Amino acid sequence: MRTSADLTPLRVAVTGGTSGLGLALVRHLVARGARVAFIARTARTVQQVANETGACGIVGDIGRKEDIYPLALQVLGNLGGLDALINNASTLGPMPLALLADTECEELEQALAVNLLGPFRLTKALLGALAASTRCERGAVVINISSDAAVTPYSGWGAYGATKAALHHLTAIWAEETKSEGISFLSLNPGDMDTPLHALAVPDADPTTLKQPDDAAVEIVRCLIAALPSQAIDRLVERA
Amino acid sequence: MIAADFVDCRSPKLLVMAADGGVMRHLPRTALGSLFCPGDLFIANDAATLPASLKGVHCPSGWPIEVRLAAWISAGDLTQFAAIAFGAGDHRTRTEDRLPPPLLSPGDQLALGPLVATVGRLLEHPRLFQLHFLGDHSSILAGLARHGQPIQYAHVHEPLALYDVWTKIAANPMAFEPPSAGFALDWRTQARWRQRGIGFATVTHAAGISSTGDPSLDLRLPFDEPYRIPEQTAAAITQAKSNHRLVVAIGTTVVRTLESAASVDGCVLAGDGVATGRLTRESPVRVVDAILTGVHQPGESHFELLRALADDSTLNQLSAEISDHCYRNHEFGDSILVECRPCDAVS
Repeated sequence: MRTSADLTPLRVAVTGGTSGLGLALVRHLVARGARVAFIARTARTVQQVANETGACGIVGDIGRKEDIYPLALQVLGNLGGLDALINNASTLGPMPLALLADTECEELEQALAVNLLGPFRLTKALLGALAASTRCERGAVVINISSDAAVTPYSGWGAYGATKAALHHLTAIWAEETKSEGISFLSLNPGDMDTPLHALAVPDADPTTLKQPDDAAVEIVRCLIAALPSQAIDRLVERA
Repeated sequence: MIAADFVDCRSPKLLVMAADGGVMRHLPRTALGSLFCPGDLFIANDAATLPASLKGVHCPSGWPIEVRLAAWISAGDLTQFAAIAFGAGDHRTRTEDRLPPPLLSPGDQLALGPLVATVGRLLEHPRLFQLHFLGDHSSILAGLARHGQPIQYAHVHEPLALYDVWTKIAANPMAFEPPSAGFALDWRTQARWRQRGIGFATVTHAAGISSTGDPSLDLRLPFDEPYRIPEQTAAAITQAKSNHRLVVAIGTTVVRTLESAASVDGCVLAGDGVATGRLTRESPVRVVDAILTGVHQPGESHFELLRALADDSTLNQLSAEISDHCYRNHEFGDSILVECRPCDAVS
């Protein structure tokens, strides 16, 4: 079974790794032996998650242009390279959710900075390392976490939906342009999950109707492994 | 002549020189993807550049100090470096004109932003010393990321950020100054090479500090520089050589890596090593057939290294051509390609 493979050789970076899906991904990847670095804004929670999981915690804000290369430096310096990047960190935009007509331009700009420009900048900064990984036949995968709001125009979700739609399309173009480099790009919609982000957006939602982030993390890691080249998967299977 | 020989003055330029000095071509650098033949192999240095300049205070004296990390004591070990100290001032003053640092003694503490370091032994010069950071790997890396800046250049007025000094293929944070020949390389060029059956591989070479501001210290440059040659790169070199194809080094650091690692018969084995000493006109060049590098002047270390690849009359001609056609020099300027045999397999 590919999904039960020992992930020891994998070096993975996860943004937004201290809550919700990001935290579930960090826990799941570490439990399966991957070397993980995660990024989040708040030093205290980064330290807590690092202590709990043993993953490498890095403090920074992917919505800030100035943070990107210092973050990339720490990811590569701590992991010794990179095989997979999961751009998970997101912002909803205005809170409570607002109609577009009530959304301030600055709120949309901030959503673009976190949901679109941040993943773009971080991917660019780490692309050299990902390409190095493919040259060494380890494979390289970038997963951008998307949403059904990227394709369905939900009222009140304008900033989030528009930026996720842009990220979804950006991912498709990345995939086309880096195919010959051997780098895989995936845009994955994990579904509605019982996360702090969802609770902020829909406070009245019944948590029992929502997917658990741990389940979504399992599915995403399964997709990650499936996107690796066969020789990299063989290496994982050999070690399992 | 080829269509690409038209040069747009606003774009980076590429001067291509045949080994015999007989043919000079002025091209836009975008023509790089059209040069060489299927089976030839480009090799670049994928080292990412550390923010190796740290400002702070020399605690015993209270004086300001700038510390520049200059070389690894042990490759990848962030707790200790060879470092060079400068006194007050910034990069807008030429290194030669910077104030001296306070007198350093072993055991002195340095407060460098969030990082705390101590002075280890002096390395046969009052400004060159072993620096020891307190803390573990991750916390030192975080401190460097937050407080360090790339080593700056007096001829570049605006402060450089990490973004400015990482090449597009930067992968391993091992270099103290950028492997700047790699700035010529973009993803489109690599795609073009791939389409044309031209190989591309990388080494990681910890490019060291290029200038200390002190003539006696500059004579000791380059310091020992660790390198790593991946198995796939060694195999690609073996294949190119066995097929009598060219190996093109992107930058002098790649030449240093490959020629340091080469056996007498020109074989290059994968693995880690340390490049020591300077390449000179007497140095045997067993692997590299051509070099893509930045524009440098006679007397500068990068230019002098070319003497291992080409004779003096050829280099004199090169120097004149650079001057006559206003090529931009230094780390962020134009490029030159010294090739060893002509091949016009271009579309």
